[in-house]
Amino acid sequence: MTIGHTLLGLLESGPRHGYDLKRAFDERFGHDRPLHYGQVYATMARLLKNGLVEVEGIEAGEGPDRKRYAITDAGVTDVEQWLAQPERPEPYLQSALYTKVVVALLTGRSAQDILDTQRSEHLRLMRELTRRKAGGDLPDQLICDHALFHLEADMRWLELTAARIDQLAEELTR
Amino acid sequence: MTPTTPTAPTAHAANRGVTDAPLLAAAGLHKSYGATPALAGADFEIRGGEIVAVMGPSGSGKSTLLHCLAGIVSPEAGTVHYQGQELTALSDARRSALRRSDFGFVFQFGQLVPELTCLENVALPLRLAGTRRREAEARAAEWLQRLEVADVAAKRPGEVSGGQGQRVAIARALAPRPRVVFADEPTGALDSLNGERAMQLLTAAARDTGAAVVLVTHEVRVAAYSDREVVVRDGRATTSAVAL
Ligand SMILES: Nc1ncnc2c1ncn2[C@@H]1O[C@H](COP(=O)(O)OP(=O)(O)OP(=O)(O)O)[C@@H](O)[C@H]1O
Ligand SMILES: [Mg+2]
Repeated sequence: MTIGHTLLGLLESGPRHGYDLKRAFDERFGHDRPLHYGQVYATMARLLKNGLVEVEGIEAGEGPDRKRYAITDAGVTDVEQWLAQPERPEPYLQSALYTKVVVALLTGRSAQDILDTQRSEHLRLMRELTRRKAGGDLPDQLICDHALFHLEADMRWLELTAARIDQLAEELTR
Repeated sequence: MTPTTPTAPTAHAANRGVTDAPLLAAAGLHKSYGATPALAGADFEIRGGEIVAVMGPSGSGKSTLLHCLAGIVSPEAGTVHYQGQELTALSDARRSALRRSDFGFVFQFGQLVPELTCLENVALPLRLAGTRRREAEARAAEWLQRLEVADVAAKRPGEVSGGQGQRVAIARALAPRPRVVFADEPTGALDSLNGERAMQLLTAAARDTGAAVVLVTHEVRVAAYSDREVVVRDGRATTSAVAL
């Protein structure tokens, strides 16, 4: 689970309170999706149960906010393993899109329109990211570039499929 | 997805003072090379200050469209209007004069004069427009600076890298402050980092000077620098159905 590992990683530099963890996470990774407090506490409860963190101290007052978490040796090992493990390469295949194309062809509708619409939508997002990149710092640029390269790959698939749509139609109706 | 009219100015474009009336408009363009139809009824419009990407498969007619729009190639049928005047009706001399005064060009390569230094290359269109040498070279130096290639000013095109040469070419295209920049695969010969930087500099400079850009490219990441795109297929241009 990425959030758990990420929070553990943030704890490696020293113990923190839950709200402090959330803030650190959002600042670095939560650009589009800041964490909910609920997520943080649920995650910390799980890490605690698994012995990956421990409660180092509790401030006076009420609520889970008061706990100060520290990473355990098991937690550090867990982070190490997570970092060493390669991410599964996602097929990024637009399977929903492929389904639509096939259904369109089978029902005598325009598959080309579906591809064109998707193309425009992809390019719209790519423009947005390109603009964000222009105003952003280096981390922001790298995050945008990652998304842009993936969208570009989708676009190539869209082009290729568009170029082969007649052939696909023939094979489907044979 | 919300359906929108293809001609609606984008919020982004509108922010830059993109005009409503088309600056350059083509309708029903036909052009053949022998038996090969390159354009078969292409339409196109661009407003002042707008950046439009022209995309489409190889051989679909993108470059031919750009050449017709710029008055370099005459179509067999159809019209091209620039600021309301019909380009095809102008004499060759008037068309060349218009190209020099109002249009700028950036191609994939081979556009710089090999015998001149980079500075002289950028100054050349200014000199041709009647600017005196000193002033032309001062302005050329500013543009080289802006494109981050001030250090190659005294070198000849054969002595600089592809990426540097392309920035010099962009400086040369923009220095006379054209109303329209025609760019045909401007990043085609560059790696992605250099291509990106060239696009950033080209679009930023175009925005600053209010120039419209007709950007022919097959790379979507390059097209993403535009305000909208048209796709050319089999010699016909279709405007994207979504306001971008
Ligand atoms: N000068 C020419 N002489 C003969 N045929 C030409 C000439 N210029 C273009 N063509 C033909 O016209 C068609 C359209 O060419 P064009 O150069 O406009 O395509 P393009 O979309 O720019 O392609 P690319 O992406 O490969 O640059 C092609 O079939 C091409 O072979
Ligand atoms: Mg071409």
